[in-house]
Amino acid sequence: MCASVKYGSRGPALIPRMKTKYRIYYITLFSVVLLGLIATGIYYITLFSVVLLGLIATGMFQFWPHSIESSAEWSLDRRSVHDAPLVRIPMSSPIPERGDLSCRMHTCFDVYRCGYNPKNKIKVYIYPLQRFVDEVGVPISSTGLSREYNDLLSAISDSDFYTDDVSRACLFIPSIDVLNQNSLRIRETAQALAMLPRWDKGMNHLLFNMLPGGPPDYNTALDVPRDRALLAGGGFSTWTYRQGYDVSIPVYSPLSVEVDLPERQPGPRRYFILSSQTAIHREYRVELERLKEENGEALLLLDKCSNLSQGLASVRKRCYKGQVYDYPQILQESSFCVVLRGARLGQATLSDVLQAGCVPVIMADSYILPFSEVLDWKRASVVIPEEKLPEMYTILKSIPHRQVEEMQRQKWTSVNSPLFLPLIPPRSPGFTAVVLTYDRIESLFRVITEISKVPSLAKLLVVWNNQNKSPPEESLWPKVAVPLKVLRTKENKLSNRFFPFDEIETEAVLAIDDDIIMLTSDELQFGYEVWREFPDRLVGYPGRLHLWDHEMGKWKYESEWTNEVSMVLTGAAFYHKYFNYLYTYKMPGDIKNWVDAHMNCEDIAMNFLVANITGKAPIKVTPRKKFKCPECTAIDGLSLDQTHMVERSECINKFASVFATMPLKVVEHRADPVLYKDDFPEKLKSFPNIGSL
Amino acid sequence: MQAKKRYLISLLTGAFLVLLFYFGGGVPGPAATGSRSRHGYSRPEQPWPHFSDPLQHFSPWDQSDTEEYNVHISPRQKRDVNSSVYKGKRCRMQSCFDFSLCQRNGFKVYVYPQQKGEKISESYQNILSTIEGSRFYTSDPGQACLFVLSLDTLDRDQLSPQYVHNLKTKVQSLPLWNNGRNHLIFNLYSGTWPDYTEDLGFDIGQAMLAKASISTENFRPNFDVSIPLFSKDHPRTGGDRGYLKYNTIPPFRKYMLVFKGKRYLTGIGSDTRNALYHVHNAEDVVLLTTCKHGKDWQKHKDARCDKDNAEYEKYDYREMLHNSTFCLVPRGRRLGSFRFLEALQAACVPVMLSNGWELPFSEVIDWNTAAVIGDERLLLQIPSTVRSIHQDKILALRQQTQFLWEAYFSSVEKIVLTTLEIIQDRVLQQTSRSNLMWNSHPGGLFTLPHYSSYLGDFPFFYAELGIKPNPKFTAVIHAVTPLVSQSQPILKLLVSVARSQYCAQIIVLWNCDKPLPAKHRWPATSVPIIVIEGENKVMSSRFQPYDSIISDAVLSLDEDTVLSTTEVDFAFTVWQSFPERIVGYPARSHFWDNNKERWGYTSKWTNDYSMVLTGAAIYHRYYHFLYSHFLPSSLKSMVDQLANCEDILMNFLVSAVTKLPPIKVTQKKQYKETMMGQSSRASRWADPDHFAQRQTCMNKFASWFGGMPLVHSQMRLDPVLFKDQVSILRKKYREIERL
Repeated sequence: MCASVKYGSRGPALIPRMKTKYRIYYITLFSVVLLGLIATGIYYITLFSVVLLGLIATGMFQFWPHSIESSAEWSLDRRSVHDAPLVRIPMSSPIPERGDLSCRMHTCFDVYRCGYNPKNKIKVYIYPLQRFVDEVGVPISSTGLSREYNDLLSAISDSDFYTDDVSRACLFIPSIDVLNQNSLRIRETAQALAMLPRWDKGMNHLLFNMLPGGPPDYNTALDVPRDRALLAGGGFSTWTYRQGYDVSIPVYSPLSVEVDLPERQPGPRRYFILSSQTAIHREYRVELERLKEENGEALLLLDKCSNLSQGLASVRKRCYKGQVYDYPQILQESSFCVVLRGARLGQATLSDVLQAGCVPVIMADSYILPFSEVLDWKRASVVIPEEKLPEMYTILKSIPHRQVEEMQRQKWTSVNSPLFLPLIPPRSPGFTAVVLTYDRIESLFRVITEISKVPSLAKLLVVWNNQNKSPPEESLWPKVAVPLKVLRTKENKLSNRFFPFDEIETEAVLAIDDDIIMLTSDELQFGYEVWREFPDRLVGYPGRLHLWDHEMGKWKYESEWTNEVSMVLTGAAFYHKYFNYLYTYKMPGDIKNWVDAHMNCEDIAMNFLVANITGKAPIKVTPRKKFKCPECTAIDGLSLDQTHMVERSECINKFASVFATMPLKVVEHRADPVLYKDDFPEKLKSFPNIGSL
Repeated sequence: MQAKKRYLISLLTGAFLVLLFYFGGGVPGPAATGSRSRHGYSRPEQPWPHFSDPLQHFSPWDQSDTEEYNVHISPRQKRDVNSSVYKGKRCRMQSCFDFSLCQRNGFKVYVYPQQKGEKISESYQNILSTIEGSRFYTSDPGQACLFVLSLDTLDRDQLSPQYVHNLKTKVQSLPLWNNGRNHLIFNLYSGTWPDYTEDLGFDIGQAMLAKASISTENFRPNFDVSIPLFSKDHPRTGGDRGYLKYNTIPPFRKYMLVFKGKRYLTGIGSDTRNALYHVHNAEDVVLLTTCKHGKDWQKHKDARCDKDNAEYEKYDYREMLHNSTFCLVPRGRRLGSFRFLEALQAACVPVMLSNGWELPFSEVIDWNTAAVIGDERLLLQIPSTVRSIHQDKILALRQQTQFLWEAYFSSVEKIVLTTLEIIQDRVLQQTSRSNLMWNSHPGGLFTLPHYSSYLGDFPFFYAELGIKPNPKFTAVIHAVTPLVSQSQPILKLLVSVARSQYCAQIIVLWNCDKPLPAKHRWPATSVPIIVIEGENKVMSSRFQPYDSIISDAVLSLDEDTVLSTTEVDFAFTVWQSFPERIVGYPARSHFWDNNKERWGYTSKWTNDYSMVLTGAAIYHRYYHFLYSHFLPSSLKSMVDQLANCEDILMNFLVSAVTKLPPIKVTQKKQYKETMMGQSSRASRWADPDHFAQRQTCMNKFASWFGGMPLVHSQMRLDPVLFKDQVSILRKKYREIERL
């Protein structure tokens, strides 16, 4: 009650203060997992459990307070754990076998319960809460249901994975809280597990445990005998972790929720190394102190404050020689933060350190790092063998500054070009020319005749965008050696030119307007050759530029004779058919509608789209020519006048806001044939007819 | 199919909304329903109730770790206990590997001398010669960190003719065996009919296994290495490129899923292949098996054999391989099969049906990006599963198969080097490769972690990191003639290069026999000039990774190069767009000489080129490191002895890494060609042997690389307004046009 009121007051206000860094950290994790899952359509159960965990972890670690809302409506549903039925465990009740180390998905997991089936999702069932006691009425756990486990189960039950139908479930989650082994009676807990109605040797049961083992030897996995149950554990070692079966999870730190830390930009910090753990073994503390002596101020070595009373207050303070520091705030003052093994391998400190944006230096031999199967820990942490603790300072000093900043960032934005393989496709398939036309027949026929002379032309598609008029009869069309097909559209939309028509059977598409009659066959063939070298870019003829208008404080479109290029017009450009598909189906926001409504800027939109996904500039080929009217597409009579330029600038600003970034890249080069303008016999040049009008 | 897709999408959105809900705290619509349903009245199901009790924390606030423990047990002792307890099947690097052997000399590998009378299979011979030819090799066991047997352990199938007998005694009698500690044992086949166990038939002690078809149960993570099964015809070096030529859209091929192989009617591993016919539809899912293998197949044949065998004969395996989107890779008797590498090379996305197989190089390769990992138990769902895979994903999976094939699998050399590099990463620890380095172009073998562990120091990851290379270059001028007159080209070059706004500093590499000129002889420039006396005055020293090179870009120059500041500026801006390539001025080309059946070199004016001369070129400084540490000393010493071909070798190296041509940019004058008449006395270009040597170099290099890495380009990059009909005043790089 007390807690709910407290969190309730913070609830909504917490949202804007969410730590995006940490959030992105989990989003990265999550999307990696989701991608794998969705794309293959196969339910890798392993991955799935990570998904689930990611979900739970995020729900629990970060926004847990928010999920406990203080509102009038849910008082209707108020329940008490004490209402849960009491179950007495007979002394002789069977005990499961110890966990089987050889268990793997294909041996210990019943995949038929989770089979791929279009009507069924993976479903997770949670056993209703029961209070297990032994024959004399003593509970099996000293804490009973913990706040954290309750939240975790709530998170699952709120998710789409949840089912209350036990017969449909793929995964079963016991309501017996085993997060902390220390609070458990091992034998009785095991017996309780075995009493679960669907236990069936633990098959498809998932247990969550954060603090495994107990004195004196502290096993690295939960000691409760659990048959074949899967274990999501914090603190696995390489000897207890069943790869592809278990999942290593971080040990939850309540401070992550309690304390709100501001986001810090990457960069140097006041201290180089900070050790803030309180329970460090003497041996290691001596070594840390020696490092401190050698390196002085660069190291900050904190311990528990001896003069403070126990409890919450003391948890949030650390001391060095009588000086008191706030924890976890102090973590933000150091570049590196030591996470040293204690009795257990998994340490809650790791969560604090990550949240503070400090780079963890993990020294816990044989420890399986949390979510190690999907997280690239080498990019976010430094792992040092315990034995090398004395060399820690030297090792960390040898890491380049830029790398430290990259580690502090934790957030990995990446441009993943869909055509990432360096591949120069062969010349032979040629390209498909897609001519957009409305009704300029004469000009269209000239364009067709010109293009048909290009050796690598494979097919001609005419996109007939005039619904009121039929295309000329077949007999009237120019005779060309390649297949020619007219595609009539339903609406006069500019986007039609970028539709991924089935008729386009080549990778390369030449988009061309019906008035581009000035390009020579050499120029077009050369453009195709250049595209082959850059199949993931737009390769076009007239180039354009975007500029920042300082006076107006916005982007401006430039078509003058500039030394730079950031776009090529698609009135004449080669590009990969993939981008047609992208334009038609994946264009962000309302850009497509904008383009069709304004009857303009489809080329700018295409430039944005390609630059945004590849992170690369377009390639302008061959010298500038006098294009009769390169800017006009289907609208006759509209020329390079003022309004037109204003509208194009508007497009750039509109698109930049939709993309939430300016993806266009500016370059100062264009591509010409190797021997262009060289003093060399023209007839020996592959492309002599370049740039001549 | 449509329904499945929709279902997947709804799963995604569902999961995402939940995610968003927890992340963002408030998404209208479904999330809001979610939040209400939590309270148990909008959903018919009875979810987990929200308890109002003040629940305890799972762990007391101030007892995150038990201090008592920390007072008593020494972690040092604990480490010792671990390393003595975990042996045999539980071996890990910490417990079965002696790191101290690697500390003094780094990661060196020793190969036992071959004993007389010991037969070695061709495959094993290839493995050994790869190691002996690699930079890891040492002939001194005292320097070694890792030991490799000269006894052939590849085939441990007792029924195989390659099987080596008495291996147990032979291994035990090796003086350096030391119970297998720091030994690496290669194996392709283990066990035999009927159970095909993974036992090698001798005690491997604490040795690591590099084994094909290893199961997850026997695989010791971060200790063993799973290698692919490869045939005895697998090329030693180079290897064929992947078959992918086009990224067609939509990415679907004639067949959706294919398989063609033997069927085992009974015994281990037979179930899956016996069931394939259920899924075969003779249209886009073509799964063919034959019972015809072994001498007495007729004896065991079942009712389906004749029909299956007939169907099997109808299809050509290669045609299927090249025209299918997915290729089924079911287990055979053993977990791994040849089908895996075949599919990978053919850009046919492998669909794994081999439960419990630890996939090759799983320690570093993320197979979810290149294969579909199925479950033998769910065979019947495989067709609908692969059909539901989105075309974007297919496109990505397909390209990744090609990257992985070429990076790690196409030759025995790559398989062996990948194995060694994985082990080296474990030994180096802090300076090991991240997942990104292993799983993206150009891959782990070209990304040497002792250069830097920071991705941004390499030329390959700028886009991934969202950063740009450092906007300055370091010029390295290779000086071979004494400084006698103030009109020497090198002095003019120094001045014009120093004037570039992008120049950080100039290094003069003094490779001349005469002593260094006095400091005042160098012109006064606004950037520092650093003079380094070349080590041994050899040609390769111009590509040494000097510490004084502080910028990402290097402008490599011959002393007689004539370049204007404008030309340098322009080339550098071009390089910033292509930091992984060489950007240069004069270009050369290679061709296949049909008559002589060898590679030819030409310096004629051609319409295409595949090399740019490094007498005037900009490239990433990482290539200095690769040149010095990746290339074998045999090639480097060839270059040094001839004092020639260093530029060809650099072009080979960079194209082998990038798979792309270099980039030629405009130059004002006809460099070299015009120079040669004047200063011919000093120029090595005037030497008639010079050209013939370069021809020889090409063929020597091609043979080491296992193929011709050079790629042709037909374009040159010019300034946007180059020679355009517009006022010269509008042009930024106007000097380039002035003759």
